[in-house]
Amino acid sequence: MYEFQYHRASSLADAEGAFSNGDDPRFLAGGQTLIAAMKLRLAAPSDLIDLGGLAELKGVCMDGDNLVVGAMTTHADVANSAEVQKRIPALAHLASGIGDRMVRNQGTMGGSVANNDPAADYPAALLGLGATVLTTQRSIPADAFFTGMYETALEPGELIKAVSFPVPAKAGYAKFPNPASRYALVGVFVSQSAAGVRVAVTGAGPGVFRSAELEAALTRSFTPDAAGSVAVPSDGLNADMHAAADYRAHLISVMAKRAVAQALGG
Amino acid sequence: MSAKLSLEVNGRQVSADVEPRTLLIDFLRDELRLTGAHVGCDTAQCGACTVHVNGRAVKSCNVLALQAQGGKVVTIEGITPDDGSLHPMQAAFRDHHGLQCGYCTPGMVMSALDLLKRHPNPTRDQIREELEGNLCRCTGYHNIVSAIEAGAKAMS
Repeated sequence: MYEFQYHRASSLADAEGAFSNGDDPRFLAGGQTLIAAMKLRLAAPSDLIDLGGLAELKGVCMDGDNLVVGAMTTHADVANSAEVQKRIPALAHLASGIGDRMVRNQGTMGGSVANNDPAADYPAALLGLGATVLTTQRSIPADAFFTGMYETALEPGELIKAVSFPVPAKAGYAKFPNPASRYALVGVFVSQSAAGVRVAVTGAGPGVFRSAELEAALTRSFTPDAAGSVAVPSDGLNADMHAAADYRAHLISVMAKRAVAQALGG
Repeated sequence: MSAKLSLEVNGRQVSADVEPRTLLIDFLRDELRLTGAHVGCDTAQCGACTVHVNGRAVKSCNVLALQAQGGKVVTIEGITPDDGSLHPMQAAFRDHHGLQCGYCTPGMVMSALDLLKRHPNPTRDQIREELEGNLCRCTGYHNIVSAIEAGAKAMS
């Protein structure tokens, strides 16, 4: 790991100030991706601004009809939260399947969302629920937030404070994890609410995306069979040593079928 | 440039000047000479470096020492009674032959103790699920699961 200047932020303003004074600064959330990347010298920030001391970024609460999760809330805390389990059980289920226990104890929602790994779980939840990312500067709808592989709409120095999730009538998440890394080879998040049906897919493409074919089919009939009968096109999907594009395409409808069954309580 | 680090390790207050890039595992092993937690893969996969930070199991090869600032760290050395006897979970690993080379064992034990905080009487399936982040290349896991099951009973 290359050397860097370390700052432990005492407030959001302090974090933003440290960022603006750095040459090539990065915010540090749980560090479960960033520290590993720095060890491999794939990332070499000049300044690391640790958000670990900011209690105001941690925790879960209801704001009107929305479930709001602080950016520094760990995956383990999301999974164990009684509020999350009650309002959006699919989100607690998703969080309980990220990485392994130790990763979930340290990794955070904000870190995962800001990193936008194309095979991460949380981006599917945000897109599949139509969530809103609340930053130090603005509110960004999930549909406009995830802009590409490891790319988001965040501006330099813009910090995620929380994510606001509208509570759906029904939701489910199913993934086919890579047996070694536990990242999603394909993960599908489905939700049904007054605003309609949303289906978000992670792991299969260069970034999380919504499936128009599955949304149309599930709008007609929100059933596992409807999801399972959709032939998802393989155009543009990832192909690597773990799975070919047509295999991933097939997995999308299988995972969607399982996610709908879960959403219906099956 | 070094930074001041203060934290509690195994009940003892510790202060040191560390380079910011020092990993928690390296601080524990090289500075404090607590060599029970092991560097297995050094890529946050094998869990041999597992310690508790503020009561939760984390992979100490994948966090900076400075991320534990002001916190409480417990390593495998911190769970043994002062008289030098074994913690019930350690004893269960010995009794059930839950180790062969023993390299992964400190991490396994620390993960098991984290698990018992949430599930005091875990099922074998729960144990297997919770050991997702701990790799053992010798045993095939069967006796590790038995050891944790027995350790849980001994501790209840």
